Amino acid sequence: MVTQGHATGFLRTASAVAAKDLRVELRSREVVYTMTFFAAVIVVVFSFAFVKDQKALVEAVPGVAWAAVIFAGTIGLGRAFDREREGDTMRALLLTPAPRLAVFAGKTVAITALVVAVEVVALPLCLLFFNVDLGAAVLHLALVLVLGAIGFAVVGTVFAAMLLRVRSRDVLLPVVLYPILVPMIMAGTKATGALLAGAGGEAWFWTQFLAAYDAVFVIVALWTFEALVIE
Amino acid sequence: MALSRVAVRKVGKRFGPYRALAGVDVELAAGEVCALLGPNGAGKSTLLGILSTLVRPSSGEIAYVEGDRPRALDDRLRREIGLLAHASLCYGELTAVENLVFFARLYGVTDPQGRAHALLDEVGLDARARERAARTYSRGMLQRLALARALVAGPSLLLLDEPFTGLDRGGALALGQRLGQARAEGAIVLVVTHDLEAIAAVTDHVVVLRRGQLAHVEKRRGFGYDELRDLYHRHAD
Repeated sequence: MVTQGHATGFLRTASAVAAKDLRVELRSREVVYTMTFFAAVIVVVFSFAFVKDQKALVEAVPGVAWAAVIFAGTIGLGRAFDREREGDTMRALLLTPAPRLAVFAGKTVAITALVVAVEVVALPLCLLFFNVDLGAAVLHLALVLVLGAIGFAVVGTVFAAMLLRVRSRDVLLPVVLYPILVPMIMAGTKATGALLAGAGGEAWFWTQFLAAYDAVFVIVALWTFEALVIE
Repeated sequence: MALSRVAVRKVGKRFGPYRALAGVDVELAAGEVCALLGPNGAGKSTLLGILSTLVRPSSGEIAYVEGDRPRALDDRLRREIGLLAHASLCYGELTAVENLVFFARLYGVTDPQGRAHALLDEVGLDARARERAARTYSRGMLQRLALARALVAGPSLLLLDEPFTGLDRGGALALGQRLGQARAEGAIVLVVTHDLEAIAAVTDHVVVLRRGQLAHVEKRRGFGYDELRDLYHRHAD
């Protein structure tokens, strides 16, 4: 049997892992349905909770949108890695000659796609229930949310993989994840708030902050992932 | 290039306060089937994990040798290692073919589809079963798929943890023959098992572990079942 010399390249492996994860999810739709339903419930409940003068409070939108995305994302993250635990398939991935960082990248891409799918539902729902018209700023908000999804997926994938064999991982994951996500959540809510207030300059500052956060944690994750997942 | 020898030198492993392995020395050579025996908790699976590069030893070292040259512990080394573990290491939502094609791609195998079907023929998973999601498989079928996954890249170091579990008599016989074939092809085969009858005919090397330490090592062509059983009772119990 012949094997290819450079067939297990980084991009090839990352795309194979991401495609496999998305194929598994498309087959069951278990994670994306759970995440989307949970995010929608948060948006609906808060739209009835934050009311002033019989109108939904627009100032609450950034917090509600980001809380929905982060909490729903955490549910998805845990379930996505539970799948790897069931057949101990994370070990199978780490056992292949594929670069382990490419395995990390592939899983991160798949988680990002799931979080973006939730955002695609949660954001319009938020705008609808809080009666907000973003106009042209909607594209900028989409960029902010995608950057947030990437940051969440990068940090989340590292910690979810690290806690894969820990018994109380469902409790520990939010405990270790959220403190590190705080700067990202703050930047996301600030950027969203600035866009709602029409403060484009401030929104760009926080967007750049989010991009920098993503860049820093991509580097940290690539640096630490292999050491964290080997027993 | 295939591995010709694997040397385990003074390897120890601790999980917190628990000592799983202590100062284990084993030499595995190409063209040999080594039976790794011992009671539960002896450290057999931990040693397999260390040899597979998935578990870091707390002390000691492992030398993977190709010809006369030691191999670096890098990504390419893992192409030479096939592991059959307690779990199937396969995705329940994917079919047998999809699982094998996915892993064949990660191993850089040319013609992943062809390789997947050839391996499934070899392990005896029929055409209808191989198009079903793996989560619908019986324990024995899952074990056959797991074996096919371990063989996907034609490894020169084959690590098998309880490979006879769940297999029917025909499957166990076929696996015994497959181990003999791997030995003839020059692979290094390490089998952790309690099924001494199934492994006896192909064993050239017996290593017995007890409480994380080496209790006995013996090398020679051909062990009988009674000899293996006596060795086990003398050194493992």
